[in-house]
Amino acid sequence: MSEKSVSLKKDITPSKIKSDYKVINYLREIKVDWRLYLLLLPMVVWYLLWMYKPMAGLLIAFKNYQPNLGVMGSDWVGFTNFKTLISGPFSATFWRAFRSTFLISLYGLIFGFPIPIILALFFSEMGNKVVRNVAQTFTYLPHFLSEVTITGLMLTLMYHGEVNTGVLANLLYQLNIVPEGTKLFQTASYFRPLFIITGIWKESGYNSIVYFAAIMGISPVLYEAVKVSGGNKLQEIRYVTFPGMAPTLIIMIILRIGRMLSIGYERIILLYNENTYETADVLSSFVFRVGLEGGYSALGAAAGMFNALIGFALVMGANFISRQVSETSLW
Amino acid sequence: MDRLSRSEIIFKTIAHILIGVFALMALYPVVYAFSASISGKIEYEAGRVVFMPKDLNFQVYKLIFDDKGFWISYINTLFYTVFGTAWSMFVSVTGAYVLTKKRLLFRKQFNLFVVFTMWFNAGIIPMYLNYVNMNVNNRWGIVIAFGVQAYNIILLRNYFSAIPQEIEEAGLVDGVNEFQLLGRIFLPMSKAALATVTLFYATTRWNGYFWARILLTDPMELPLQVYMRILVENYQSMIDDMGDLLPYAADSYIYAILVCSIIPVLIIYPYIQKYFSKGVNMGGVKG
Repeated sequence: MSEKSVSLKKDITPSKIKSDYKVINYLREIKVDWRLYLLLLPMVVWYLLWMYKPMAGLLIAFKNYQPNLGVMGSDWVGFTNFKTLISGPFSATFWRAFRSTFLISLYGLIFGFPIPIILALFFSEMGNKVVRNVAQTFTYLPHFLSEVTITGLMLTLMYHGEVNTGVLANLLYQLNIVPEGTKLFQTASYFRPLFIITGIWKESGYNSIVYFAAIMGISPVLYEAVKVSGGNKLQEIRYVTFPGMAPTLIIMIILRIGRMLSIGYERIILLYNENTYETADVLSSFVFRVGLEGGYSALGAAAGMFNALIGFALVMGANFISRQVSETSLW
Repeated sequence: MDRLSRSEIIFKTIAHILIGVFALMALYPVVYAFSASISGKIEYEAGRVVFMPKDLNFQVYKLIFDDKGFWISYINTLFYTVFGTAWSMFVSVTGAYVLTKKRLLFRKQFNLFVVFTMWFNAGIIPMYLNYVNMNVNNRWGIVIAFGVQAYNIILLRNYFSAIPQEIEEAGLVDGVNEFQLLGRIFLPMSKAALATVTLFYATTRWNGYFWARILLTDPMELPLQVYMRILVENYQSMIDDMGDLLPYAADSYIYAILVCSIIPVLIIYPYIQKYFSKGVNMGGVKG
């Protein structure tokens, strides 16, 4: 009824009155449906307080932040913090962290991305469901362990000291993969491989779930068709399995690229030390060390913002390209 | 025909072997940690413990169970897990339920409001300043200010939207209000999704480390993960000096602590496993 009265007056009333009507209508609707809006309230308030309010705090990236003056009270300095990052006293560390972020992500993508796909492919070949379920249960398990647990395990398994040496360190010495007595997590050149292997160990099984579901969703008729035309197993994979899981693959690639610059700081911080900063320090750990531990809040916020914005642009870019090329996209 | 079945057999064999290898590798560190934690000092330090425990010895566990700090942190973690999960579920379920309603004003905007945080967040420093500003430095602060995840909300929302509209309409005709609709119809019909998300939240809470370490000021409120990490940090600088004096291998102690944090996960894991492979997929990734 109310909608009608608005549209009737549409031609003769100024737009302000129209918008007033709109607001009144909204209020009326909320009043009638108050239970619904009350249910929505906790989530909205939670996001405002803990997610969006800090975004306003990003302003300190453009300020000369003084803790006693607060975010709003500190003076504006424009892009000074960003300039300091790029060419100031921290610039060498900053660019090193930028490079490491990019390289660790890239290596992680190259070595880590295919493994869940291969796992899923192999899982789908296992005829015995019970055996497959057991194998899947085992491979998913590391995903549910905490970062502190897995890094604690890694550090101890790879440890070399006067009294105790971890079993994996021993194995690597005996296979002559690393020189006897190397302190693995104290040596910069071993950090990246160890970090990437830790990630592969923890997440590959779990990441295979999506691909496995995609493979399971492919119609068996298609496989029959390949069989009838005399194709072999590899041709089956090439012409049926891969096209069938392509949409999932593209989505996962987009997600991965979008997160290129957001390497989890937790694992880095738990694994690195002064001896490995050279290869281990990424943007997020740089933000943590300089901004939080070092107290250069504004500089840290600027570096964090730089990181987040490039990350955001990467997601958007990857999504755009994939929509152009394949009609598959996140939104 | 023949060609396919032969290539298929070869492929299947390779698949089984490699899966077997990978599954063992996934499990090995956990099994080994347990073995090493209950092995004797001499056997361990000689490097003879490779898979199975040697010279059984449970003294490190006795040491841990006698340690008051360990129990305090354990109970704290239980607190964070139980109350934190309940809070996260409350916020996510109510929010997700409302987001499924077509008649919700600004529905698209509210969805974007949630999903946007998956792609962009303020970052460590502004978040830290906000937590400090809001006095998040105690137990309840950690419970309330953390743990709601957009991904889980979307997952619940998608599950709720799959519930047929007719059921809802029938309820509305009977004069049921929104609260009753959610409590009596939607929740009982979504047990699988609720279980999945509850377990996701519970593991996140159980595993929480970073912010608890940075924000909590009272040592009596530290969760197990923080307590464990401090032990790992101190131990490595200490054992080279006094490892010889201990009646057990210093590593055994660390492994035992890690095992203690893994065991609860192993206990609830079969239940997670039952639901989550379904849950992960039904959520999808679309906003």
